[in-house]
This record gives sequence, C-alpha cells and structure tokens, in this order.
Amino acid sequence: MSFNKLTLAAVLMGATAMGAQAADLRIALQSDADVLDPDQSRTFVGRIVYTSMCDKLVDITPDLEFTPQLATEWTFSEDGKQLTLKLREDVVFHDGTPFDAEAVAANIDRSQNMEASRRKSELSSIVGTEVLGSHEIRFDLASADATLLAQLADRAGMMVSPTAAAEAGADFGLNPVCSGPYKFKERVAQDRIVLEKFADYYNADEFNFDTVTYLPIPDTTVRLANLQSGDIDLIERLAATDLEQAESDAGIQVESAVSLGYQGITFNVNNGEKGDNPWGNDKRLRQAFSYALDRAAINQVVFNGAFAEGNQSFPPNSPWYSTDFPVPARDIEKAKALLAEAGYPDGIDLEVQVPNTTVPLQLMQVVQSMVSEAGIRVSLTSKEFATLLADQSAGDYTASQIGWSGRVDPDGNIHQFMTTDGGINDSKFSNAEVDTLLDRARTSNDQAVRKESYNAARAILNDEQPIVYVYHQTWIWALDDAIKGFTPYPDGMIRLAGVTKDEG
Amino acid sequence: MLSFIMRRLLIAIPTIFLISIFVFALQKLLPGDPVLAMAGEERDPEVLEYLREKYRLNDPIPVQYFTWVGNALRGDLGISLRTNQPVLELIGQKLPVTIQLATMAMIFALVIGIPAGILSAVKKGSVTDYVANVVALSGLSIPNFWLGIMLILLVSVKWQLLPASGYVPLSEDPIRSITVMLMPAFVLGTALAATLMRHTRSAMLGVLSSDYVRTARAKGLVERRVILKHAFRNALAPIVTLTALLFGELIAGAVLTEQIFTIPGFGKLVVDAVFNRDYAVVQGIVLVTAVGFIVMNLLADVAYVLLNPRLRKQ
Repeated sequence: MSFNKLTLAAVLMGATAMGAQAADLRIALQSDADVLDPDQSRTFVGRIVYTSMCDKLVDITPDLEFTPQLATEWTFSEDGKQLTLKLREDVVFHDGTPFDAEAVAANIDRSQNMEASRRKSELSSIVGTEVLGSHEIRFDLASADATLLAQLADRAGMMVSPTAAAEAGADFGLNPVCSGPYKFKERVAQDRIVLEKFADYYNADEFNFDTVTYLPIPDTTVRLANLQSGDIDLIERLAATDLEQAESDAGIQVESAVSLGYQGITFNVNNGEKGDNPWGNDKRLRQAFSYALDRAAINQVVFNGAFAEGNQSFPPNSPWYSTDFPVPARDIEKAKALLAEAGYPDGIDLEVQVPNTTVPLQLMQVVQSMVSEAGIRVSLTSKEFATLLADQSAGDYTASQIGWSGRVDPDGNIHQFMTTDGGINDSKFSNAEVDTLLDRARTSNDQAVRKESYNAARAILNDEQPIVYVYHQTWIWALDDAIKGFTPYPDGMIRLAGVTKDEG
Repeated sequence: MLSFIMRRLLIAIPTIFLISIFVFALQKLLPGDPVLAMAGEERDPEVLEYLREKYRLNDPIPVQYFTWVGNALRGDLGISLRTNQPVLELIGQKLPVTIQLATMAMIFALVIGIPAGILSAVKKGSVTDYVANVVALSGLSIPNFWLGIMLILLVSVKWQLLPASGYVPLSEDPIRSITVMLMPAFVLGTALAATLMRHTRSAMLGVLSSDYVRTARAKGLVERRVILKHAFRNALAPIVTLTALLFGELIAGAVLTEQIFTIPGFGKLVVDAVFNRDYAVVQGIVLVTAVGFIVMNLLADVAYVLLNPRLRKQ
C-alpha cells in the first residue's frame, strides 16, 4: 500500500518535473501561424516557422546585408534587367527531390501563377526565367527592380519541393516540403507546430536540436510565466512592460533588436467622403499634431523606454533614415501657432480609431492627453482589428492608429503607402513628385541614387505628414539561460544555426 | 421511455435549424471583411477577389446559407479560411480537449460543491455553514481570468509545481495530460462548485424539513442514513438538472479558461475564428455545441425520470 503510494508520488513528480527533453527546443509564439505554404501565407509568426523549415535563395545578416543561402552568388546585368544566380549543388528537399535550377524555375512559376499565391506582386518584375545550367538560372526583369533581392530573402524566395507542390496543389500547406534544416513533422492548430531535424541538410552540424516545437501563447504574461517555469526555452515579443521582471530573473536572458517596422497615426487625406475634412485638407493641422507629441515620453511611459522613437518610415538606426529630419522635440507653442494659422485658435476635435488591444489603447490615451495641451481634442474609437482594417481600407475614418511590420528593403515600408496607386495607400495621399522619386528608388540598383531619392521624398512627406510616425517597435526575445548562441535580427526571425542548450 | 426520447429528439431538429440561421445572420452583421482580415498586411486586390470567389463570399447571403446547410447535411462543414484545414477535422481535434477540461472541471465542482452543500444544510446556522457560504460567494465572485493568472504565477512560476499552460493529449501521456489540466479545471470548476453548493444546500433544506425525514428520524435511523439515503436522494433531482445545464456554462467558461491557459480547445477555436471572421469554423462549432447542449439536456431528463419513479408512469 505504502509502496504503491510512493510509486504514484514518484510518477506524479516525474510527470510534473520541468526540464524538457534535451533534444527539443520549445519556442512560444505570440499567435498561431496561418497556412504553412510560403506562397499562400501572410503571418509574421508563419515566417518564424519557415526560417527553420524553408531555406530561401538569399538570406540577410543582422546588419541587413544580403548573404548566400540557396544561391551562392548573384549578379545583375549592366541595365539591371537580368539577375543571374548560381545555386548550391549539395541541397535536397525534405522528400529527396534534388534542388536545382529547374526547381527554382518551378518555384517562381508557382509563386507567380498559382491562383491562391500571395507572392504575385512581390515577383511581378520577373517576366521570364532561363535555366542556364543544372545549378545556374537567370531571371529576366521587365525593368530594373532594386527590391527583388529582398523579396528573394523572404517568402517569395523560399523554395518548396516541386514534386510535393505538384502533388498537393493548394493543399501543400497541410504538409509542407521545403529544404531547410528542419522538416515538418506535425501540426495541431492553435496548439503546436513540430519540426524535426533533416539529416540530409547540407549544414546539418550547425543545428543542435532533434526537434523544434512552436507553441502559440497569445497572452504575454502567460508566455513569460511559461519561460520562468521552465516549460518553454525561448519566447518572442516579450512585452516591454515585462522587461524589468524578465531581467531581474537570474534564469532568463533578454535579447533585442529594433524592428524594421513602424507605428503611427495615418490621416485620411483623400479616401472617400471622409477624406474631405480639416485634418485631411490642411497639412498644418497634421504638423501641429506631430509637434504636440513628446515621442521620448511616450516611449518611456508606454514602453519602459525599450522601443525607438521615430518620425519616418524607417527607424533612426536604418541606413535609409534621412538625417535631415531628426525626431522632432515637442513644441507646444509651435503646435498652437500652426492651429491658429489654420483657423483653429480655440482648438479642434479629432476622432482617431484605434485597435481595441492593450498597447494601442495605452499609446493613444497618452497621445490624447499630450495633444490636448495644444488644443487638439482627441476622441478615441476603439475597434476590433478586422473592423478597423475594413473601415480604414474603405475610407471610413479620419485618423487611424496603425503600423507596419516592416520589410528588409526600404521600398516595402514606403512605396505602397505613399504612391498614388499604392496597394495599401489608405490615406490616398497623392503627390506626383513623391511618385516619381519612389519609383526611381525602386528601379535603381545604385544605392546612392536610392538614398538620394528617399531623402528627397522624405522632405515632401515630412511637410505633408499623411502619416505621423510615432515609434518603432523593438523585438524582445527572452531566453532560458541555458540557451547559447542566439543572434537577434531586425526582421524578428529566430535563426537556429549555432544555437545550443546547456544540459544542467 | 423510448417515445419520450424520440419526441425530444424531434423537437431538437427545428431548434438546431433556428440556431444555425441565427448564428449565420449574426456573423453577417459583424463589420469587417473576412478576406481582408485574412489578408493582414498583404492586400493584393486580385488575390482578395480570388478568395472571395473561392469561399463563395460574393454569393447572396441566403444562397451562402443554404449552400452551407446542404454541405453540412452531407457531413461537410467546409474548410477554415485561415488554415485550410477541414472544419470537421478541427472540431475533431478540439472537442476531446474541451470535453476533458469540462469533465475534470465538473469533477472538481461536484466533489467540492455537493458535500459542502449537504454539510452547510445539515449544520444550518453554524460556523461551518457561514464559512461554506462565504467561500461559495467568493467562488462565484472571483473572475476566472484573475484566479487563473494568480494560480499560474503562484503554482507554476513561484513553486514550480505544475506546468503554466499548454496541453498534452490523454492518449500521449495520460498522467501528464491530467497534471497539465489540473489548474485550468480547478479554475473552471470553482465557480460551478459555488453554484452547486448553493443549490444543494437549498434543496437539502427543503427536504430535511419534510415529514418523511421526521418519520425516518422518529423510527430511529442513524442520522447519516437519514441524510444520505432519504434526504439527499430526493434532493438530487433538481441538482441533476442543474448539472446538465451547467455543462453549457462550462463550455462558455472554457472559452476564457482556454485563453488564459493556452489550451487548444473548442473555446479558443471559436474566439480565434470570430476574430478572423472564419465563418465556416464558427458555424461548425455552434452547430456542434447546440447539438451537445440538447443531448446533455436530454440525458438530464432521462436521469430525472430514472431518479423519480413517479414520472415513469406519465
């Protein structure tokens, strides 16, 4: 009897003992990934999973330089209309299909022509592919495209097995087959995605876990609690407000990198009937709004100082940031003067729509009280995100608190928002000169020309302020102390090459 | 008995039909475009249009509804807009999880609620009664999410006794599966335990003051036998009905509990589906829940009849 009780106790203790199996790395994500097909997927967390499962033609360094992955070298022709890539010769897909130039051609074709593909616009500059040898391929472009390498360093450049893709069609995402260091093992929606080590990976020695398990844990407190209790090895997007708690825990280390994205307030300048309002019609009001903000204080109050203040599409540490327009200091007098000049000496109302989640609401409450000192009376309309997005897209708003997760190439942060026909230009801002400048930056492979174009566009945008930028999020990862070799990247991805776990 | 069950089943059909129309209509009233919600940051108009066509979102709403009903009758609940997984498969994955959670929570509720109710009825007016009442009231008033977070911080982070969240299937590792689910089941069970305790107490009080209990005592039965055999058995009928109704509340409570403890169950599935405007998933879940609820009530009625012989003749 007592023996039985003892065994039971031992079993129970064994079951509740925390340390996970040595060979499994457990990563907590903020949300569940969507469909696991690089050509169809849209979520940020999905990209985190792909980083270990689907290799790309090129990768980036922490400093956002391009570096070889499946392509060993690449060259643009003189006129920028041809891109030739040489490919690794020791790569096979998870199903054994060899990786070669034909496979790349099939992948480009799939991204461009599969009905459900989300990658069409990203690869729209490619008008033809020419297999030059077993491991050499040329892309023919309609016009020079400076953004192409960045696209090939993301989902559009992820290579899936042509054999598996042809078999599965649009259902490929239920059982994805790529060529990365880990292959797909199983997925239980909203519970876990499990990858297992791919023994035939060309660089398998660099990857030290037998399996990697991704678990969606949306609540930041619970995510951190799981790390602290030892159930999880690594969590992404630690809340800035939890930073202190994580740093004071001896068993936890914290890593961070300023993201490529931004957050701000988009004004409806000309989107439908509601675009015809004082805020949309008079840039001086938008300028006043920007001057009334104390970005440093916002960062301190809402984000414990962990994020980066910002006033442009790119964060201040980006090489594309225009130093002609540093983050402005708060200037209430100037804001008041601008309001008076615009005909509102007694102040003016402004309705801002905001996602109904904690951080945006906190942010906007701080903003609300700040700008009130200049005479801007902000009323907040909180909306559930899908509704906010639909209203914004339809022009049913005056101002909207929204952001962008950011892209490796600067074009991805600005062109589609600020050009007249831009796909996500919900402000419907339109300026012929900005269009010309941003198009030029997109089609030149000369970095100096690009930089100059972006600076010139910024001069106009800084005056017009269709989007008042406020801050740039910092990716914060918290890791169990036993994890070694983790490198933070500004794209927020988790790269596992060289990452190990001490067994203790 | 059989005709009684058949009659109840027939009544269930129009009920389920009405529920499905209601939910379908409600969803269409929600602002927000499912395809846009799905697209997130990438809004290629051509792809959006393709998806609207593919999921037949351009059809008139009645046509969309009847297409859904037609498919559902053939056992096809459609596929999730978000993950492309068949809805039936998703429900099949999630239902056992929530059933396990609900069952464990119910066990907590019954084990705590009924003895506490009997005790406080028998010792009416004593300290035990007051303490039980205060505890019950607290159980009802403490919000699920607060208790959940507090337990995680205390039991998992500070004492490191139980895992903070997650789920392990029963089939994979039964002991760990139950261990992981202890905290959420407790959190979910406490509020129900309080309700059960209060109802058990009042049912028992009613029965304890009746004539036959006095008779039982007068003929010299031991008190224990009077309470459990004579009084409790008769107080049980309303408690059984309540327990069945509470199962509905359990499913609703599971929505919140599953969010806190990151349990991939039914509740989490429905919340995420609503936010993503994943219509097919929401419809499927509501259908299954409605059927489940009707079945639970039917079982309660059957149990009622079994417990009360007088009803058998009618």
